[in-house]
Amino acid sequence: MPRRTMIEAIRDAMDVSMGRDEKVVVFGEDVGFFGGVFRCTQGLQAKYGKSRCFDAPINESGIVGSAIGMAAYGLKPCVEIQFADYMYPAYDQLTQEAARLRYRSNGDFTCPIVVRMPTGGGIFGGQTHSQSPEALFTHVSGLKTVVPSNPHDAKGLLIAAIEDPDPVIFLEPKRLYNGPFDGHHDRPVTPWSKHELGEVADGHYTVPLGKAAIRRAGSALTVLAYGTMVYVAQAAVEETGIDAEIIDLRTLLPLDLDTIVASVKKTGRCVIVHEATLTSGFGAELSALVQENCFYHLEAPVARVAGWDTPYPHAQEWDYFPGPARVGRALLETMGA
Amino acid sequence: MADAGMLRFHVPEPEVRPGGTPDFSNVPIPKAGSVPRPEIDVDPRTIRDHAFSIIRVLNRTGEAVGPWAGLLSSDELLTGLRHMMTLRTFDARMQMAQRQGKTSFYMQHLGEEAVACAFRKALAPGDMNFPTYRQAGLLIADGYPMVTMMNQIYSNEADPLKGRQLPVMYSSKEHGFFSISGNLATQYIQAVGWAMASAISNDSRIAAAWIGDGSTAESDFHSALVFASTYKAPVVLNVVNNQWAISTFQGIARGGSGTFAARGLGFGIPSLRVDGNDYLAVHAVAKWAAERARSNLGPTLVEYVTYRAGAHSSSDDPSAYRPKTESDAWPLGDPIVRLKNHLIALGVWSDERHAQAEAEILDTVIAAQKEAEGHGTLHAGGKPSTRDMFEGLYAEMPPHLRRQRQQAGV
Repeated sequence: MPRRTMIEAIRDAMDVSMGRDEKVVVFGEDVGFFGGVFRCTQGLQAKYGKSRCFDAPINESGIVGSAIGMAAYGLKPCVEIQFADYMYPAYDQLTQEAARLRYRSNGDFTCPIVVRMPTGGGIFGGQTHSQSPEALFTHVSGLKTVVPSNPHDAKGLLIAAIEDPDPVIFLEPKRLYNGPFDGHHDRPVTPWSKHELGEVADGHYTVPLGKAAIRRAGSALTVLAYGTMVYVAQAAVEETGIDAEIIDLRTLLPLDLDTIVASVKKTGRCVIVHEATLTSGFGAELSALVQENCFYHLEAPVARVAGWDTPYPHAQEWDYFPGPARVGRALLETMGA
Repeated sequence: MADAGMLRFHVPEPEVRPGGTPDFSNVPIPKAGSVPRPEIDVDPRTIRDHAFSIIRVLNRTGEAVGPWAGLLSSDELLTGLRHMMTLRTFDARMQMAQRQGKTSFYMQHLGEEAVACAFRKALAPGDMNFPTYRQAGLLIADGYPMVTMMNQIYSNEADPLKGRQLPVMYSSKEHGFFSISGNLATQYIQAVGWAMASAISNDSRIAAAWIGDGSTAESDFHSALVFASTYKAPVVLNVVNNQWAISTFQGIARGGSGTFAARGLGFGIPSLRVDGNDYLAVHAVAKWAAERARSNLGPTLVEYVTYRAGAHSSSDDPSAYRPKTESDAWPLGDPIVRLKNHLIALGVWSDERHAQAEAEILDTVIAAQKEAEGHGTLHAGGKPSTRDMFEGLYAEMPPHLRRQRQQAGV
């Protein structure tokens, strides 16, 4: 099976979708001729023409607002916001327009759009190229929020998102574009070509939205993670030797609660890991759900490891990033060690 | 001489406040028929004056004059008159129903009826409007059932939107009327997107964007102009300048640009101002702009100069911020009276027939109201179910919402 980086897998998902359905259009800043600053749309304009893949003005509310109008017309736009940090001008269009169009018109108009955006830090991007705003989307009724952690899933989830009849926020952990980064920033990253989840089948396949994946089976403790933190958690588990079960959520909304509950009831312990800031982060929702559904099975308080409640700093990147050492300490504390 | 003294902060003020004498001498009104009608493929740079003048067709004696006249037959004009009269009667009844507690909220069109009623007649089937809350004339003029509009206003059991939307936030794809959001200006860029999609699909349908003078200050207005200009989208960009954004006079949004139409000039978009209380002028300019859009000539910005004679909404009291007699002093008159006088001048209408038509329309509206109230009003009779609240958010209800619906006991 061919091996692809996450960038190639995402590009392939759009390529396959555009090839199968002429209603799929792709646009965003630098997305057309150049193929995007992360090169996710490289070659699509040459292959499908300027009507299907084109450059947009630097105007995020315009990109999303026009995509909503296109979706109302009957197209299926898959647009790129260059960095998740740039999405705020489009937040009104996403939360009050895209998210509610089906509901407020009782299905008279719908909004099948995908809004892709690179998320997370680890590239010395400072406070405006490192944010993880997923909780700002999961808090909104009417959106779906997806965070893939590997090339295989990225392709299947993106095709599923494009085919979904409702608006999907597709957050791409940019630190994973070229390999499964585990938080050890001082070590070389294994390329996707050497990782089994770098195997990406040609052609069409989907990974369903709303289904988590168990990345490591274990009996001592459950780790809930998504995106880059899946690999950070794996490193922490290996380094502490704790027999943890690692769940990669993949889709935050709809959430695969059944998989989470079954695991925590089995292990009795839960550590939640995300890169976004702690307070009111998605981990708070996960923690509440685990408490509500697994209270009588819990043997330790539910722990959260997250980004500190500060803006994402530049020089202090690795003090901010919740790396394997911090996650490992939380695992040991939750085990009562 | 440059004034290099202490810096002073400037806040524009309207000419007159309550207690003063209305004065519109600052609104220059060109003579009817005096503004040229360019070819649709005109170089926008050669018609910059159109963004500062006012295109008018009906003169003071009710004649249709000049290069923008002559597009509509007297039958079409009689139909237009009936649409505007229907909208005004509909508004009066619904305004009263709101006062009677049959619904929470209402927004009327008093004085602005010509804008949407005439515009609708310049579009073709399949074209899509992205309206604000003050374009119900688009629905009336397209034959959308008044009972259905009232069902929505009452949020009753027959409300097509299942009680989810504030009154007057209608939606009808079939009638080319995009779902009204209630947020301001968001629909402007969406209209441009719809138009881009039509061009991408090599379709022949065009879009119409709608916004009020106050909301042109929103960034989405500027987004729309950038995108429309860049991609030459087949869209008519309408600005309804009714002078007032709730209590804020138009000068706060307009700033120093002179007119709202002038906003389009920097984008290379042909920009025209039109007498919004002149049914014939609105229709003629809309037709010109629609033809441009359909001929791959791109967007046109049209500012309709009109006056909001009523309150902003049922929650507003204009006497607190403008003279009570200001609407009587509005120099462009009343759109219904002006078209009526024109039809009388043409010899196809009379005061008697007008009074008779008013009575017939009132009967029709009352009959529709009775039928709608048979399906319930906001606080009495049939209403959408609690279950309707949970449904229709996603194509397929996700598990967490299913659990919440069960918790709610429905």
